[in-house]
Amino acid sequence: MKIIVCVKQVPEITEVKIDPVTHTLVREGVPSILNPFDEFAVEEALRIREKHGGEVTVLTMGPPQAKEVLVKCLAMGADKAVLLTDRAFAGADTWATAYTLCLLIKRLEFDIILCGKQAIDGDTAQVGPMLAENLGIPQMTFVKKVDVDAKTRKVVVERETEDGHEVVECRLPALLTAIKGLNEPRLPSLMSMMGAVKKEIKTVTATDLGVDPSLVGLKGSYTQVVEVFAPEPRKKGTLVTETDPEKAAKRILEFLQGRVLA
Amino acid sequence: MSAIQVKETCTGCGVCVKACPFGAIVMVEGKAQIGDSCTLCTVCTRICPQHAITIERPMVPTEQFKDYKGVWVIAETSEGSLRNVSFELLGEGGRLARALGEELSAVLVGSEVTKLAKPLAAHGAEKIFLVEHELLKHFVTDTYTDILSSLIVRYKPSIVLIGATINGRDLAPRVAARLRIGLTADCTGLEIDAERRLVQIRPAFGGNIMASIISQTRPQMATVRPRVMKTPKPDESREPKIERVNVNLNPVATRAKVLDKVKQLSKASEKIEEAHIIVSCGKGIGSQENLKLAYELAEALGGAVGGSRPIVDCGWLPHHQQVGQSGKTVSPELYIALGISGSIQHRIGMQSSEMIIAVNKDPAAPIFSIADLSIVGDIFQIVPRLTEQLQGLNKPSKQH
Repeated sequence: MKIIVCVKQVPEITEVKIDPVTHTLVREGVPSILNPFDEFAVEEALRIREKHGGEVTVLTMGPPQAKEVLVKCLAMGADKAVLLTDRAFAGADTWATAYTLCLLIKRLEFDIILCGKQAIDGDTAQVGPMLAENLGIPQMTFVKKVDVDAKTRKVVVERETEDGHEVVECRLPALLTAIKGLNEPRLPSLMSMMGAVKKEIKTVTATDLGVDPSLVGLKGSYTQVVEVFAPEPRKKGTLVTETDPEKAAKRILEFLQGRVLA
Repeated sequence: MSAIQVKETCTGCGVCVKACPFGAIVMVEGKAQIGDSCTLCTVCTRICPQHAITIERPMVPTEQFKDYKGVWVIAETSEGSLRNVSFELLGEGGRLARALGEELSAVLVGSEVTKLAKPLAAHGAEKIFLVEHELLKHFVTDTYTDILSSLIVRYKPSIVLIGATINGRDLAPRVAARLRIGLTADCTGLEIDAERRLVQIRPAFGGNIMASIISQTRPQMATVRPRVMKTPKPDESREPKIERVNVNLNPVATRAKVLDKVKQLSKASEKIEEAHIIVSCGKGIGSQENLKLAYELAEALGGAVGGSRPIVDCGWLPHHQQVGQSGKTVSPELYIALGISGSIQHRIGMQSSEMIIAVNKDPAAPIFSIADLSIVGDIFQIVPRLTEQLQGLNKPSKQH
């Protein structure tokens, strides 16, 4: 099985703030991590390889420092890593991101593509399906169990639904997006981290892809962010310190009456 | 040059003729010929053994934007009934349509769904595009994408709204990529600006910032977070105006097949995404057994039970009931947080709730910073008493 995993470097969410004056994101000094949902995708790829043999290639698009997440993936056990990086790719929306990834993936061989269900910075969950459509392959999103049959070249997944799950069968090649619960991602050891730093990471630019720069990045995006602002803060609530639990319960009941209760 | 081309490699095998949902292909002198009823749905490109049919889709030029008119809501069904998000979108879509002076339509796709046209009309749909076929019983990405993209190409709406549900978020990006149009995910606000464009407002970075987004393409397409927009009051006197669109579906064109559907969450108390009231527990609940406090309170209120990540990681609560960044984002009418300290990762998943009540013995718990009513106290003392007092009042009289 040849497996490709698309990953993203994201800021650790707890730290992201908006500058009250300029209304832009304050990203300086914010630690970056491998998107948590992508960890499930990498882990699943490694498990499929361990069972069926093959090769796991991780891809990311981002600034040069996005290399850090590829090193982590290599330390987890991925065989190859490719970094798509170019100033022309900056500011890409989900369409432009999927389009760029597609240009690269079309040059590679693959049976399965795995992605996290969404990245925790944008929360869109759009790049996976858009990539699948661009590649002309089927998709199965929000997947919590994967069974690959290498002989028949089919995959059977359990896909989350609003009230449980559905079992879906599909022929390969296909794209899957991973949710929490799919597996427990392995922690790379210090030794493997040190080994991974020495591994080669291939860098691919817009020129390497031979793409017209107006089709990627901000210029190639179909949506445009026109304003970024801080959400309206919630109105300050009432704080009750009431030692008698009976009275405390009564306070809650009074709050509910006329609101949730008639 | 037409967007769809048949290459010389066509052998005239006729597979595409049978597969075309719109009957648009005929064989002329041993070669496939594409007729005017083609909607560029791509089924033939997928099914052709020779890969001899190709579609090149140019972007809609700005000067043609004016040809795109009307607001569409894509209705979502589940086991023969409509999901509430469809009504919420009709309410919101109606507001946008009035601002534009355009028509509000619903798109209803499924098997035996004609009866659902009436509630769609009652909730504001002036027209209903109805696609009915026995193969549309289950949502399947390929088929639904083919149908929706074809309808958009044929009727040219200016705005398309889809619920940001599991299937909505599977379908919308697929359709957007096929039509090469912009898509904004999980919007919580929509406005029409002075230039008659749709301003799509959504949270990013876990709700720490909000972004206003404009589409550079037509139609303007967005998925909308369920339970954020209000459900409009139905007017049962409205008769549905149905436009039936016939399709001829071939199972061969669908690459993924639903083998089984498993309903794990049969009880309303487990379905946090649909609940109006959620009683949620954190590590402060102490043990799995103690969760019965939450279930009893939820039952008295007619709500569901959720939890924060620590209790899910302990195995006390299934993952599908987890609220927060690695779980689900919910916005119920009322969220009651019991023994939840309120890390940013948890608050991300619930801070858009209409009302928040928090009970925690730590007066410095961050959850109190966003709660409307904060009770410093012991959940084991307070919650059973609250449940008892509620039971004394009989059931809540405001039924949802």
